[in-house]
Amino acid sequence: MTDTTLRRTLRSATSRLRGVEAYQEELTGTARTRFLRHVVLVGVGLVMMYPLLWMLSASFKPSARVFSDAGLVPEQTDLGNYAAGWSALEHPFQLYLVNSLILAVLNIVGNLASCSMAAYAFSRLRFRGRRPFFAAMLGTMLLPAHVVLIPQYVIFAKLGWVNTYLPLTVPAFLATNAFFVFLLVQFMRALPMELQDAARIDGCGPYRTYLQVIMPLTVPAMATVAIFTFIASWNDFFGPLLYLTDSQLFTVPLALRQFMSAEGASDWGPMFAMSVVSLLPVVAFFFIGQRYLLNGIATTGMK
Amino acid sequence: MSTSTTPAAAGALAPDRPPTLRRRRSSAAAAEERAAYVFLLPWFVGLLFTVIPFGVSLYLAFTDYNLLQSPQLVGLENFTRVFEDPKAETSARVTLTYTFVAVPISLVTALAVAMLLNKGVRGLKFYRSVFYLPSLIGTSVAIVMLWRSIFGYGGVVNSFLGFFGIEGPGWVTDPDWALVTLITLSIWTFGASMVIFLAGLRQIPVVYYEAAAVDGAGWWRQFRSITVPLLSPVIFFNLVLGLIGSLQTFTQGFVFSGGTGGPAESTLFFNLYLYQQGFQRFDMGYASALAWVMFIVIAFFTALNFLVSKWWVFYDD
Repeated sequence: MTDTTLRRTLRSATSRLRGVEAYQEELTGTARTRFLRHVVLVGVGLVMMYPLLWMLSASFKPSARVFSDAGLVPEQTDLGNYAAGWSALEHPFQLYLVNSLILAVLNIVGNLASCSMAAYAFSRLRFRGRRPFFAAMLGTMLLPAHVVLIPQYVIFAKLGWVNTYLPLTVPAFLATNAFFVFLLVQFMRALPMELQDAARIDGCGPYRTYLQVIMPLTVPAMATVAIFTFIASWNDFFGPLLYLTDSQLFTVPLALRQFMSAEGASDWGPMFAMSVVSLLPVVAFFFIGQRYLLNGIATTGMK
Repeated sequence: MSTSTTPAAAGALAPDRPPTLRRRRSSAAAAEERAAYVFLLPWFVGLLFTVIPFGVSLYLAFTDYNLLQSPQLVGLENFTRVFEDPKAETSARVTLTYTFVAVPISLVTALAVAMLLNKGVRGLKFYRSVFYLPSLIGTSVAIVMLWRSIFGYGGVVNSFLGFFGIEGPGWVTDPDWALVTLITLSIWTFGASMVIFLAGLRQIPVVYYEAAAVDGAGWWRQFRSITVPLLSPVIFFNLVLGLIGSLQTFTQGFVFSGGTGGPAESTLFFNLYLYQQGFQRFDMGYASALAWVMFIVIAFFTALNFLVSKWWVFYDD
């Protein structure tokens, strides 16, 4: 019962995503109400952007002036924060950036390969057990990750995987992200079945059909998966916190956290400088791949 | 069945379909089935990585286990401990308060802004980007540290309030206010839900509103009788995922309090407490019991959500 409702809800939410990009600017109301609308939106937008702009500006201020100088344009700029922050921790900051990048790339490759394979089977191939397996896949979406956390940790610890990147990357190669599988299933389902029939008549088996017919057509959905994976992996704090204790292996979030203790921070300038550095890749991906993010978000509800 | 008959007999039964073709077809179907299992192989292994730990965690919840010695069965002890542990109670209260305040406010904000944008404004894409961006970075360590700084002692928020002659509270240090600060952070990330709402609103035919307006329906009546029912699957979707996500909050509490859940346990989220018990004290049996209690609570709210949805969620398919 829950399964049907869930599927209907997901389907209903997905069918609506087609409208995401098809905005036509259809203006309603008098000039005055239209103006008031902008006033409200600009107000909300300013409140939301202010913390980010403040952080950017703080990253250029000397630590001592971060709080006393309230303006967004620093009275006194100090580019030294970036240099100081870069080498403030045990290792130079590029080590953490490279570590995070390695994890992100492996997760992207893993998710693209394994989720697209599972999605291809669910959406384009006939086999016994398709419905119950698909229902099981949807069910894992609702399962809170923390229930399986401790046994997974025990298994990884017994395998000797603590302080390696394996616990943070191997699951991606096993299609464990049901949201991505679902997103790709929805996308592949919409591709005409005739393509596959034509390929079969030409003597193309299921493997070649996957590689040469379905994959090339799924590129937009794969881009969505790749960008979401990048952001999730780059921001992930809990996984690395759990599995990495060797500072040589630390990712950006683990490194960044060292700037602040339970009592607060003292090196404000360098801390904000490195915070800006840590957010830049996500913001860059946001601007490059916004279209794919917006399409994906309506399907998966991912944040 | 043709498989048990001779080719000649099968030919007699279905003269227009040669038996060889039928056999080739079924072997193609078998090949397709085999291929399907091959494609699903990683997923099957991944499912085992979820299903087996799921069972094991239930077992561990009834044991005393510290990762080094083998688990010792202790019966219901861990569960009675959960219900007698004041810190577990505090962490449950923190998590539920956070969820039941932050999720509704976020959703209402998201819907209000989406409706405003849906009225048609110049620069819609720009506004949408500005509102959406925070939801991608809201749970990152950098932003939680930023939040602590702007709300903290001498921070921008209290300077701003001071400008109006209001003496702001200790947003970070006062146990009554620390969770409020994290709730504001959660509301700041309403953009993801807003995008989903906006996509949903775009699917409602404008003629419905026009017809309602002709019939004399005001703004509120149109909202209640057209927008809410037609948007209900989307509201439901956002609500279910919002609740599940919010009940599992971890990073915000951890980074905000430096891992302690302070001040005075006011940001001790249930997951943070679970982490402390399981991975700082290595009391993994107890942590498993905590995980199961959380799982049951989340399952309860999700089931309740699905049950209640029958009365208010309207599917037009």
